[in-house]
Amino acid sequence: MLSALFFYLFAITCVGAAFMVIAVRNPVHAVLFLILAFFNAAGLFVQLGAEFLAMILIVVYVGAVLVLFLFVVMMLDVDFAVLKAGFLKYLPVGATVGLLLLVELVLIVGTWITAPDITAQAPTPPASDISNTEAIGLILYTRYVYLFEVAGLILLVAMIGAIVLTLQHKRDVRRQKVSSQVGRTREAGVELVEVDSGRGLS
Amino acid sequence: MYQAILFLPLVGAIFVGLLGRFTGPRPAEVITTTLVLITALLSWLAFYQVAIQGEEQRIELLRFITSGDLKCVWSLRIDTLTAVMLVVVTTVSGLVHLYSIGYMEEDTGRPRFFAFLSLFTFAMLALVTADDFVQLFFGWEGVGLASYLLIGFWYHKPAACAAAIKAFIVNRVGDFGFALGIFAIFTLFNSVQYDTVFASAPDHVGQTMQFLAWRVDALTLICLLLFMGAMGKSAQFLLHTWLPDAMEGPTPVSALIHAATMVTAGVFMVARLSPLFELAPIALGFVAIIGATTAFFAATVGLVQTDIKRVVAYSTCSQLGYMFAAEGVGAYGAGMFHLFTHASFKALLFLGAGAVIHALHHEQDLRRMGALRKVLPFTWAMMLIGTLSLTGFPFTAGFVSKDAIIEATYAAHSWVGNYAFVLTLIAAVLTSFYSWRLMFLAFEGKPREPKEVFARAHEPPWTMGIPLALLALGALLLGGLFAHLFIGSDQTEFWRGSLVTHQDAHHEVPFWVRLAPTVAMALGLVTAWYFYIRNPLVPFGLAKRFRGAHQFLLNAWYFDALYDALFLRPAKRIGRFLWKTGDGTVIDGLGPDGVSARVIDITNRVVKLQSGYIYHYAFVMLIGVAALITYFLFAGGGLKP
Amino acid sequence: MTIGLTHYLTVAALLFTLGIFGIFLNRKNVIVILMSIELMLLAVNLNLVAFSAFHGDLVGQIFAMIVLTVAAAEAAIGLAIIVVYFRNRGTIDVAEIDLLKG
Repeated sequence: MLSALFFYLFAITCVGAAFMVIAVRNPVHAVLFLILAFFNAAGLFVQLGAEFLAMILIVVYVGAVLVLFLFVVMMLDVDFAVLKAGFLKYLPVGATVGLLLLVELVLIVGTWITAPDITAQAPTPPASDISNTEAIGLILYTRYVYLFEVAGLILLVAMIGAIVLTLQHKRDVRRQKVSSQVGRTREAGVELVEVDSGRGLS
Repeated sequence: MYQAILFLPLVGAIFVGLLGRFTGPRPAEVITTTLVLITALLSWLAFYQVAIQGEEQRIELLRFITSGDLKCVWSLRIDTLTAVMLVVVTTVSGLVHLYSIGYMEEDTGRPRFFAFLSLFTFAMLALVTADDFVQLFFGWEGVGLASYLLIGFWYHKPAACAAAIKAFIVNRVGDFGFALGIFAIFTLFNSVQYDTVFASAPDHVGQTMQFLAWRVDALTLICLLLFMGAMGKSAQFLLHTWLPDAMEGPTPVSALIHAATMVTAGVFMVARLSPLFELAPIALGFVAIIGATTAFFAATVGLVQTDIKRVVAYSTCSQLGYMFAAEGVGAYGAGMFHLFTHASFKALLFLGAGAVIHALHHEQDLRRMGALRKVLPFTWAMMLIGTLSLTGFPFTAGFVSKDAIIEATYAAHSWVGNYAFVLTLIAAVLTSFYSWRLMFLAFEGKPREPKEVFARAHEPPWTMGIPLALLALGALLLGGLFAHLFIGSDQTEFWRGSLVTHQDAHHEVPFWVRLAPTVAMALGLVTAWYFYIRNPLVPFGLAKRFRGAHQFLLNAWYFDALYDALFLRPAKRIGRFLWKTGDGTVIDGLGPDGVSARVIDITNRVVKLQSGYIYHYAFVMLIGVAALITYFLFAGGGLKP
Repeated sequence: MTIGLTHYLTVAALLFTLGIFGIFLNRKNVIVILMSIELMLLAVNLNLVAFSAFHGDLVGQIFAMIVLTVAAAEAAIGLAIIVVYFRNRGTIDVAEIDLLKG
């Protein structure tokens, strides 16, 4: 009973926040609503017994990705006044198509023959005594280690990509060019000058 | 020897044609002329052997086509008729080759000219030595080709090119009928060999054949179709329009092709096929009517022409009509005899006119000639002999042959024959008139040439003079020498079945008929003398008073205008329509242009989908996804119950 | 009442649809598009986890973790692109991105 209540709470808030994400004008508000949506989704995850994933969602997704979103939104200095409406132009067609999609998704979902014994049941956490985290760990590093490694590689690539895209060399910053430093020869580095005493080098 | 007769000119043509550019003009002239003169000598030898001594020849050369019942073997058939033609063709050709050395001395394309002349000689010889219809057709087309090449020899002149095409196309109209005739022969006789056809022809008398929508007598149909080819080739009435324009070619060409040899191919063909024609009296009557009408028509037109070559051209046309008139009433021998003598005096007239033109440095208009008798006595004498022979002055060659024709038409005692008799007699008066008109205008009276031209007029060189002299001899003597063989008492032994002979038809004519042609000739001479010597203002006055008639004759009975309106303009319109509308609009429109234009249309519309806005693309993708899901929901996977 | 699989899946469907709406209904700026993508990925994750829970198979959660990783990477790159784009164009108005216009 309580779980149902929490479920509805989380679900409605999540959907409501998602709607606000696309509806509000201010992009900062949109990001904040997205953060709210994610929090509620994490709650739903906990209800499903995937607490590790829920925490990961909050830490990684909300804490890193959406904060990044916030940084970019604020950095980009968007002018609110120019934001146009135009929302309504595509609304009829878009709404029709979207609604259609939604109905279909639900229909499919609703008439699916899943294993009949689990559809009506409550979600049961795995009937073992290890925690969700441990359970994930047990299979992630053994059966699915390849996926794990690949995911790491993807992150590496993304990191490189982001750096490459956005890096700008400032002109007036001095840097070292190690290769030319090391490759300096005696001829280029040392200059022997005959100096008359008392005259100096000029 | 006979293969040599046939192939020596071809050798000359190929050699000079291919290598003429390297050897230069003088070797080209000498080689071709020598080869053709050798051929001429061999032909006289052959004539003696075959015609006089009676040793006919059949020489098989090679198998050409063997397909089912159609067997074409290229073989040479040398009988008397062939021998006569061999002599005519090679002699005139040889003399024309010699003449051209002098006449064309300033021309730059001489190797080409002589190559074409020799090529023509070869084709004509192939025509006359044919033993079946296919080879006849080959020679027929070959001379047509050579005619086209030679008429359009000065291809920089648009008039020459137009005349060459006109000749070829009008010939083609005739050849179309000719080809149909050959097809009909094959259909009826299942063979194209002369011997087979002649042998089995009497069995097919009265047999009918389907032609388009009608059932007609087979032999009549065949002969009419074949004669259509002769009408085209020999420039008879209705298909004559090309001959006057063919005068655009050099004068030696006119002498060789359009006087002595190519145009006589039709006459030769009718004579060769006389066994067939004898069995189709309707066709024969048609031949006579066309021939007589041509004789009359061409003579009327020749009365008022101002170009010296055109007068002679219409004269040729008229004389060919005489030959066909003779053949049409069954006097094949007389027709061939006239061919024989006509070759000499008409070639003489053409070459003589060429000498005049050469002397006056390419002046051809009679109105700008005059008083040349004192300046060019030799030429005058040659032209005089030719004119005497043409008009039928007693004891010239033309006298014998022409009178033979006129008497034959009378002796036919049919309405066709009478028609031919009247017309040929009237044509004789007219022939005499215009021939003497030409002589008087060119050689007598006051000089109408510009002073410098008149002062520089000179006699032709020996290369032109010798052919003239030889032809003059022929024009005088051939009649007397050969009459008894061709049409006289010895004709049956002479011809020996190479053409149909009626031994007795010649004699039963009353005296006035025998005298009539001579009277006609005298009448023409006197009138011409009156018009152009005694009272030169009369022609001008007559032309002015009878302007309509004068124009009518001057424009050759407006046949060119008629054909232009009847055939040329509609053909051009159809062609233009098919080109612009049919080809341009329909085919191009539906095909390449249409397709490409549609492609551009469609892509212009499709391009609007590429708005550049990503969300548009996402939207379209969404629609696609929705559609796919809907489809699979209801038709693909289905909703499981 | 027991909350069944269907409920969770419905929620996920709603989130997904909202994400799609966000992509083509917005005229404001490109950031919203990225956020809509995140919404869609969230919906997918929810689906995966729901199925994992109801089947008792942890694979779904592993998969969801991988999806999370990829989503994070993609968000980072996407934002980097937007930053560079803003540097070049000076605006992130969606209606101005029409250089692909054919």
